[in-house]
Amino acid sequence: MRGRPGLYTSYEAEAALLPTRTRKVALGLLILVLVLMPFSLPVIDQIPFVRFLGDAPWLRVVNRALIFCIAALGLNLLAGLAGQVSLGHAFFMGVGAYTAVLMGGVSTPHLWGWGLPMWLWLPASGVVAAGVGILVAPAAVRVRGLYLAITTIGLVFIGLHLSRVFEEIAGPGALGRKWPKLQLRLWKEEEPFLDFSGNGHWFWFDVNRTQKTYYFLLALLVLFALAAANLARSRTGRSWAAIRDRDVAAEIMGVAEFRAKTTAFAISSFYAGVAGALLASMVGQMNPEAWNLLLSVEFVAILLIGGMGRVSGAIMGTFFVVLSPRFVEQFIGWTADQAEGDGLFSGFWDLLVVVGSGDFGLISVTQQALGFPLPASALDEIIYGVLIIVFLLFEPLGLFGIWVKVRNYWKGWPFSY
Amino acid sequence: MSGPLLELDGISLSFKGVKAITDVSFKVGEGELFAIIGPNGAGKTSIFNSISQVYRPQEGDIRWKGKSIMGQRPDHIAGMGIARTFQNIELFPHMTVLENLLLGRHIRMKTSWLAGALWLGPAKREEMTNRRAVEDIIDFLEIERWRKHPVALLPYGFQKRVELGRALAMEPELLLLDEPVAGMNLEETEDMARFILDIRQELGISILLVEHDMGLVMDVADRVLVLDFGQKISEGEPAEVQRDPAVIAAYLGDEAGLAAADS
Ligand SMILES: Nc1ncnc2c1ncn2[C@@H]1O[C@H](COP(=O)(O)OP(=O)(O)O)[C@@H](O)[C@H]1O
Ligand SMILES: [Mg+2]
Repeated sequence: MRGRPGLYTSYEAEAALLPTRTRKVALGLLILVLVLMPFSLPVIDQIPFVRFLGDAPWLRVVNRALIFCIAALGLNLLAGLAGQVSLGHAFFMGVGAYTAVLMGGVSTPHLWGWGLPMWLWLPASGVVAAGVGILVAPAAVRVRGLYLAITTIGLVFIGLHLSRVFEEIAGPGALGRKWPKLQLRLWKEEEPFLDFSGNGHWFWFDVNRTQKTYYFLLALLVLFALAAANLARSRTGRSWAAIRDRDVAAEIMGVAEFRAKTTAFAISSFYAGVAGALLASMVGQMNPEAWNLLLSVEFVAILLIGGMGRVSGAIMGTFFVVLSPRFVEQFIGWTADQAEGDGLFSGFWDLLVVVGSGDFGLISVTQQALGFPLPASALDEIIYGVLIIVFLLFEPLGLFGIWVKVRNYWKGWPFSY
Repeated sequence: MSGPLLELDGISLSFKGVKAITDVSFKVGEGELFAIIGPNGAGKTSIFNSISQVYRPQEGDIRWKGKSIMGQRPDHIAGMGIARTFQNIELFPHMTVLENLLLGRHIRMKTSWLAGALWLGPAKREEMTNRRAVEDIIDFLEIERWRKHPVALLPYGFQKRVELGRALAMEPELLLLDEPVAGMNLEETEDMARFILDIRQELGISILLVEHDMGLVMDVADRVLVLDFGQKISEGEPAEVQRDPAVIAAYLGDEAGLAAADS
């Protein structure tokens, strides 16, 4: 029997993650495009952005976004679903990263490292972060709103302090140390059977390390997103949403508030821990100062821009926040070229950007401290700030809300109501 | 069961010296529809909050099936089989009607977070079984068309129904209803009265009902307790209570009470 859209014949069908055929097809196509993206293929290349994002420098940024997606999904469970806005996410990412380097790193006279394989250190980075989450939960669970935000900021500073003290784990000073690579091997010294960190062949294709990392991260993200979506539609996710909406009523309905919040903290920290380990391993070397408050704030910004409480919102928000600064950079670079060239509008661009000393403009591409004209690097922070305010005021559901509106508009086509 | 289901024994509750409840005792038997009435501020909601253990009475004891429940957590009280609705609707506004009702099934479900995240056989089956239970309640309360709507968008009268449904989803033995018809028009009140009677007759759930206005209570209750300024001023069958001079005084003013006492 052919299904009619919007008519469900079983509760199973209705509770499915992709309840309609259109959505199944759409997600299937999206995944197909994502899988083929790193390669130059005639049809795929016609899709806007795809060719551009699939190539080397941008694919690295995409990889970073995939890792950030995992962390954002974690915070989304805690903040979007359970309503506990934490600014400690960077701390838990750091916990994961240092678990990874302690377990998987190489030991030297001044550094600890057990050289264990990734199939051990990657899950462990999540588990240890979750464990630390459970340890700090009793303090965090008792406070709410602004007080929770401030308590969790404390975690970030404690973490930064610890990373300075334990140089045997974090490495000396700002240099940090080398992280284990993204490669799967059976045991310590054996040859990796799957190496995401070096160029090579997969089947009949040449695949470089950025592309391999991309596939590995994409697969992980799919798993994490699936688990997050499942949690949201199950008993646990509902109890979180109930606590977020009305905590006292939730308790009276039988939700054990302390336990539910602790679980949310632990699972969200697990996501953060794994993401932290992945990020450090992909980058290869991390300054301990990287796990700072700004990173935590970035994830809150991601959720505000993408839309709180939705898997797709967290993912859209992450891509937006991770990719847009690079777009802005590219754009400024382009305007600088324009200003120096003798194109039709070079005079206009020259007014906007400062290229050399003594030049007038609003944005500077030369190295200089904060002030006026604005350094190009400050621009993306300003863009964030403005976007967060715009979304809070006009579209509390974020990019997800905009997407729903667009979808409903096309559903009703040609009628706009 | 021989003894009463719920028993309040000399309960007193005060907030920073302000007495909300003073030495109130009563029993609710199995299958009974027991009502508490009294003017605004009499302490009715405070009694419910004491039973839920959201408030902790300074004196007295509350027993469920003979065992004290004092000091238990609210979620444990729910697990024992006591469900309630609220005077000022306490639904989860961002969740749909369906999700609100399914949350009521929380204590009847077992799926752990891990099983939920994996969504394997047992987790999925439990979800579907409970979905069916919730659909029965949706049918019973005639709220089919609102199923997928976030509850915040529902009209007031329907929100009250959803809240009743959420409590029913818990499959309680005792249902506490805090002013279920407050702010409703005549038609909505009649619907609600019908639901309350059906719940008692068809589902066999005992009910403790709070109202500030006598009308509904006199029609449906087996026994009535009248509360004024936190104190019990009368208890008995509706007809008895209605004739009690103390009650008339509390409701209509002292002179009416005296006149009734004279006659
Ligand atoms: N949380 C509280 N804090 C302080 N006073 C309260 C609180 N809850 C109730 N009261 C007081 O207790 C008295 C009884 O209130 P309540 O139980 O809500 O009455 P009713 O439900 O009969 O209208 C009122 O005087 C009210 O001000
Ligand atoms: Mg009240």
